[in-house]
Amino acid sequence: MHVTVIDYKAGNLTSVLKALRHLGAETMVTDGDLSLVESAERIVLPGVGHFAATDRLDTTGLTTAIRAAIARGVPFLGICVGMQWLYAGSSEAPAQPGLAHFAEKCARFPESTKKVPHVGWNSLDVRPNSRLLAGVEPGEYVYFTHSYKAPATTDTAAITYYIEPFASAVERGNVMGVQFHPEKSGATGLKILGNFLKWNR
Amino acid sequence: MITKRIIACLDVHDGRVVKGVQFVDLIDAGDPPSQAARHAREGADEIVLLDITATHEGRQTLLDTVRRTARELFVPFCVGGGIRTADDAAQVFEAGADKVSVNSAALADPTLIDAIGRSFGAQAVVVAIDARRDPVATDPVREAQVFVQGGRKLTGRRAVEWAREAEERGAGEILLTSMNADGTRAGFDCELTAAVSEAVNIPVIASGGAGTVAHFVDVFGRGKADAALAASIFHFGVSSARSLKEELAKAGVSVRLPC
Repeated sequence: MHVTVIDYKAGNLTSVLKALRHLGAETMVTDGDLSLVESAERIVLPGVGHFAATDRLDTTGLTTAIRAAIARGVPFLGICVGMQWLYAGSSEAPAQPGLAHFAEKCARFPESTKKVPHVGWNSLDVRPNSRLLAGVEPGEYVYFTHSYKAPATTDTAAITYYIEPFASAVERGNVMGVQFHPEKSGATGLKILGNFLKWNR
Repeated sequence: MITKRIIACLDVHDGRVVKGVQFVDLIDAGDPPSQAARHAREGADEIVLLDITATHEGRQTLLDTVRRTARELFVPFCVGGGIRTADDAAQVFEAGADKVSVNSAALADPTLIDAIGRSFGAQAVVVAIDARRDPVATDPVREAQVFVQGGRKLTGRRAVEWAREAEERGAGEILLTSMNADGTRAGFDCELTAAVSEAVNIPVIASGGAGTVAHFVDVFGRGKADAALAASIFHFGVSSARSLKEELAKAGVSVRLPC
């Protein structure tokens, strides 16, 4: 089981690689070697930090290669900023387009009495037919750390409540994304990564 | 609903978990990887490893300890102690930490916070503040002073202002230790914790003074803490983070259960 992990120099990949290897995956990291995307069996796009960092995906040609891989049906998982990148863009970096696989845009949590960023363990309201989140029971918790989020739509695989409901997971066919960090979410997170590794068309 | 976090803290000296009072009379309490794994298994929401060795030779031992501890740990993992430069931080991240905690080095050079945040994201930078109420100030709590070197050296900073500056520079969380409360087991300093928590928009982790489950209920309520450090969790009548959280849930605190 091979997974190509995209490195766009936004944060640290160690935890994601460790979790994938723990589940038996063989990981290959690329920061610009397009052949690793062209031959990929599965692709994971992690990412913490600023949406503007995804600019590097465009300049290295990774965006085009990923778009082609997704069209071929390769299972794709975006984590945190990697999920937000699947949308048309984010108000965090308005000039930087996302992949626009999902038409909506990401936005900052609205002002409220609650703190932003949203940091900590929160629960998932899972859509019944989600393949990525299969086996995740009501009341299971996952670990979040983010200030921007995607809106809930028909492609939303799970909703989480913080200030307002937002998409904590998205899924349409072979393209999946999670706002939380499955690599840091204990047994629940490993179950979700395991579902991704088992995903077959 | 977002939950309050219980963070297990391991004090590590020369690659071993130690227990002691004020870093004196250290007792060997095991191997960091197995202790961290046990806390995670028993319901801790996060693990903090604080290296109290602070010698140059200790650096490689620490990195090895972090690497071994991170290997099988799938909850957030924060490492502090002896991180003086962005390069030090990079090595600790490379070894598998998700966050680093900086204290005296950030006070000596606040741009360290900016530098680590720029490379690894704000969520990866925890600024630890050791504060003591200022008995001669008009408002001893809001004007609480920041100390370094285990409380021996005054920095001239006020805790509330320093927390604000840390946030502006790109810290993702504040780990606030009350030196008045630390070691007393008489409860957290809820006034100080609330003053800092209300001054910033990032999570505040309360530390120092826990003696009973009720103290945690208090700091999550009145103290407005987002998380609490359970340094010597077994000293106050609970056997694990899970049993502490079960007691907290009964008292109406939202926690991650089952875990």
